[in-house]
Amino acid sequence: MSILIYAESAEGKFKKVAFEIASYAKKVADSLDTTVTALTINNDNVADLAKYGIDKVLKVNNDKLVSFNAKAYADVIKQAAQQENTKLVILSSSTDSIYLSSLVAVNLEAGLASNVVGLPLSTTPFQVKRNAFSNKAFNITEINTDVKVIGLAKNSYGLFENASTLTEEAFNPNLDDNDFEIKVESVEKTSGKVSIADADIVVSGGRGLKGPENWGLIEDLAAVLGAATACSKPVSDLGWRPHGEHVGQTGKPVATNLYIAIGISGAIQHIAGINASKVKVVINTDPEAPFFKVADYGIVGDAFDVVPRLIEKLKAFKAQNA
Amino acid sequence: MKILVCISHVPDTTSKINFTNNDTEFDTNGVQYVINPNDEFGLTRAIWFQEQQGATVTVVNVGGPETEPTLRKALAIGANEAIRINATPTDGFFVAKQLAEVIKNGAYDLVIAGKESLDYNGGMVPGMTAALSGYNFLNSCIDIAVDGNNVKAVREIDGGKETVSTSLPLIIGTQKGIVEEKDLRIPNMRGIMTARTKPLNITEAVDAPANTKAVKFEKPAPKSAIKMISPDNLDELIDLLHNEAKVI
Repeated sequence: MSILIYAESAEGKFKKVAFEIASYAKKVADSLDTTVTALTINNDNVADLAKYGIDKVLKVNNDKLVSFNAKAYADVIKQAAQQENTKLVILSSSTDSIYLSSLVAVNLEAGLASNVVGLPLSTTPFQVKRNAFSNKAFNITEINTDVKVIGLAKNSYGLFENASTLTEEAFNPNLDDNDFEIKVESVEKTSGKVSIADADIVVSGGRGLKGPENWGLIEDLAAVLGAATACSKPVSDLGWRPHGEHVGQTGKPVATNLYIAIGISGAIQHIAGINASKVKVVINTDPEAPFFKVADYGIVGDAFDVVPRLIEKLKAFKAQNA
Repeated sequence: MKILVCISHVPDTTSKINFTNNDTEFDTNGVQYVINPNDEFGLTRAIWFQEQQGATVTVVNVGGPETEPTLRKALAIGANEAIRINATPTDGFFVAKQLAEVIKNGAYDLVIAGKESLDYNGGMVPGMTAALSGYNFLNSCIDIAVDGNNVKAVREIDGGKETVSTSLPLIIGTQKGIVEEKDLRIPNMRGIMTARTKPLNITEAVDAPANTKAVKFEKPAPKSAIKMISPDNLDELIDLLHNEAKVI
């Protein structure tokens, strides 16, 4: 009956989203008077899950699952859910978990609500609030199936520690050859940089930066803050920055704690993609830029004047608060 | 190669989002509809397959008669034929069930669907359709090459990308990158004229259980006013971010 989460890891360490869904699942489990079981794949150090209220870990160790494979992973989650007689599976909104969620839902004949932004509004009937219309509205969705799957929107719940005693159990799923019809040939990671998906802070530049040669400003500010760098659509269309950095409606979505927009006017498509961020700062020369209507803090000023001074002040602040 | 491109008919990005009927329905009043951008990127890639490798491209939408202009636009861009499944979509699983039926009847080699629609942002239709059809499925696909039955494709992952090999039949969830913005085509007059005579077949929906139901909509609470900070007082910004917003 317990709730099942898939606790994702990367390079042998849990991702932050794994702890976020654990925190969330624990709270839901308490309201349903049940426990939380976490499924892990090829991760030996599961002890940290005990900090977030997990009672039991099903540990899968299998060489075939070293590379992410959605069909195989979804099959493993299904088998774990069935063994545990789970009625609620909770996944994150990482790229991999979004990929998995629809397969898991069909496997379990479960209704799926993705992009969920808070605790269930009610458990009978089971209703959750989710982001829709590109963060311009919420949609309250009722799941009517016996088994339910929800995908929690990133950074929508937060981490809450809740110590528990963890039972570890090996789990050996039956893997089908048909699960491996997509083979990973190579993986290319943007090395040495914080990814937009994992970042707590994103520093983003627009056409106001005037050219790719000025991106040092964005990178230096990001470095002081431990932030990822991003850019607006015109910047990636002009080829100043790689497409992987484009955030907005047709680019990567951003749901970070702090989003700093520099020289970005704030077209509606851009705002749609970053609006799930909690705190937004805009620095722009044009006081009429639409970004000022959606930001929390604004500075009307020239990036080439403001940002270098901001970097120096942040360095001093960091040194003091280290 | 037979390609099916799934088209979602969605409000244009600049549309005002409002609800009617006691906040239970989307208010379509004055709303312009477009091909869902993630689908349009995929459609453009399909047209390249048509031009370069002799593929036929069918577009499909689940929706009422009001969605036909969106399908006609896809035909004007270059699709060979269109199918409209005459039903109001109730949830992602309902749509996936309809698409799986079309796929079963049409024996498509490659199915292309945007990884997410701009309206409900469910992101579930491509994967559910694949699971129901027994097709291979690659989500967040940003590059694809097909040679005979062999497929090489690239998937965007958090913080990078991944190259995979697989085979047809396949469903891909597409996004920007599969083609670029500059590659998108605006229908020309000839395209619009020929689209009028291309087949647009209407079929009735198959039954699907109502696994989920959208019961109500809400608009976000109005946000508090922006705090403006003088460019000469950057200490104030740092102080606010640290003590008020608590994000640094």
